[in-house]
Amino acid sequence: MANSIDADKVRHVANLARLHVSEDEVQRYVGQLSRIFDYVDLLNEVNTDNVEPLTHALPITNILREDVVRPSLSTEQALANAPQSDRGYFLVPKVLDQESS
Amino acid sequence: MGDVINTAALVQSGSTSAADVVSACLGRIKRRDKSVNALVSYDDDRVLADAARIDKKRASGKSLGKLAGVPVVVKDNICTEFSRTTCGSKILETYVSQFNAFVVDQLINADAVIVGKGNLDEFAMGSSTEFSLHGGTLNPWDTNRVPGGSSGGPAVAVASRMVSASLGSDTGGSIRQPASFCGVVGLKPSYGRVSRYGLVAYGSSLDQIGPFTTSVDDAALMLEVIAGHDGRDSTSVNQDVPTYSSALNEPVEGKRIGVCAACFAEGLSDDVRQSVEQAIEKLRDAGCEIVPIDLPHMKYAIASYYMIAMAEASSNLARFDGVHYGYRTEQPQDLADMYASSRGEGFGAEVKRRIMMGTYALSSGYYDAYYLKALKVRRLIKEDFDAAFKRCDVIALPVAPTTAFAIGEKIDDPLAMYLSDMYTVFANLAGLCAISLPCGFDAAGLPIGWQLMGPPFGESTLLSVAHQYQNITDFHLQTPALAAD
Repeated sequence: MANSIDADKVRHVANLARLHVSEDEVQRYVGQLSRIFDYVDLLNEVNTDNVEPLTHALPITNILREDVVRPSLSTEQALANAPQSDRGYFLVPKVLDQESS
Repeated sequence: MGDVINTAALVQSGSTSAADVVSACLGRIKRRDKSVNALVSYDDDRVLADAARIDKKRASGKSLGKLAGVPVVVKDNICTEFSRTTCGSKILETYVSQFNAFVVDQLINADAVIVGKGNLDEFAMGSSTEFSLHGGTLNPWDTNRVPGGSSGGPAVAVASRMVSASLGSDTGGSIRQPASFCGVVGLKPSYGRVSRYGLVAYGSSLDQIGPFTTSVDDAALMLEVIAGHDGRDSTSVNQDVPTYSSALNEPVEGKRIGVCAACFAEGLSDDVRQSVEQAIEKLRDAGCEIVPIDLPHMKYAIASYYMIAMAEASSNLARFDGVHYGYRTEQPQDLADMYASSRGEGFGAEVKRRIMMGTYALSSGYYDAYYLKALKVRRLIKEDFDAAFKRCDVIALPVAPTTAFAIGEKIDDPLAMYLSDMYTVFANLAGLCAISLPCGFDAAGLPIGWQLMGPPFGESTLLSVAHQYQNITDFHLQTPALAAD
């Protein structure tokens, strides 16, 4: 696959990742990501027809357990590392604007 | 006999106290760590209180655990209730976990003393321990060189003999490569052997916790303590833990050592090639049979590995959103800006680069070409090893193409840094166990390591071959000048 990683694509990916990047970083990533993905294109040499993807080296199955109440973190513990909290809740900036709330 | 085994025996028998062991250890840390920056945190008072508790336990007539009084450093991406767990990142600078990792509880239950947390590349992403909130860690053999990474702090804590054991994590070589650069033993257990509960996730299908020690018998004892089934990690395998330390003298005569010629071809420095070839000859002298093996998809491992690791990293690191824990930007304009700015300001350059690449590889239009393709190649690589282990018991190869490189040498060339992992990523892709151990020194006096790999859950044979190599060599007994004070 021909790689055409340009500044717009870098900005698009940064938005998907919810990652603020500066204009300097955008320019740097254009070059670095292009070079790295050009290298990754090496994989195209390999014929993978009829090969199943391998997500884990071990055969992994879902492990189920009874849904019973067990000891867990208290509200205070759960909030202990929160940047902002209020009366037992995590506090975040307003999600909806005034009119629609 | 290794330092871990010796120390535990002395404390168990009462010949020495845990308090004396730990005080001496704190003294070494104070003298040496300012030269190498291996530890990100330690707390004298807590450590001395832990030691006193162990001594009291013995005085009350109770028998002590396998690691009685042994001081241990734990990499700072392994959660501890009693100190911060920063992952070397601004985004977790003040984070204190509400629980201990499984391995931490295992160490405590075995009466080890966790003296402090070891430095690392941010979120374990790197091969040099240059990318950390706490500054870089330096190689004790030459402080102008990197110690390798990402578990550089735990490796250096053992190499400079501040502690006799530490725990690191290995996603693509992050235990074995720093072990090689620092002249110590580094063991990556098979995927699923050690619970990942409480290890801050990087690449969940690749990550595994393992020990650094100065000798293989110590590594076997450490693995015995940290291995085992844990219902809180769904990939932890429910299989009995052998007493690895008592199987080390199982005869190696007739063991088949697989050697792949392509692992000794271009890109490998002469010093490293010669030392690893001599190590293989030592095994031949000890009665092992050397058999040629073929790994047809070897050259695709780095590309496959980095696509998978970065894709998993971009998913795993989505949890750092400035809401539940971690850094939050000062003046967010709105919720979306709070996410993007907290992450943009909180993550360092290498972590951002990997999130970007992983997100790209998973994005619409590229998923099949990159992520899915990498997973298919991963299966072919695993099948190469399945076939190889029908012909041999253990595979011998280098750990890294060179000895420790200079600080700053690869900092602006991420691809060059990634390619230096060419011999270590196999074990993570295929779930193998693997060990790095000292086998020589280069012309500049820097340690050289070699690697032995075994099939999944083949630790017993792997450790016995490695142990008997150490019985007939003394490279692992050499120490850097810094450790002589």
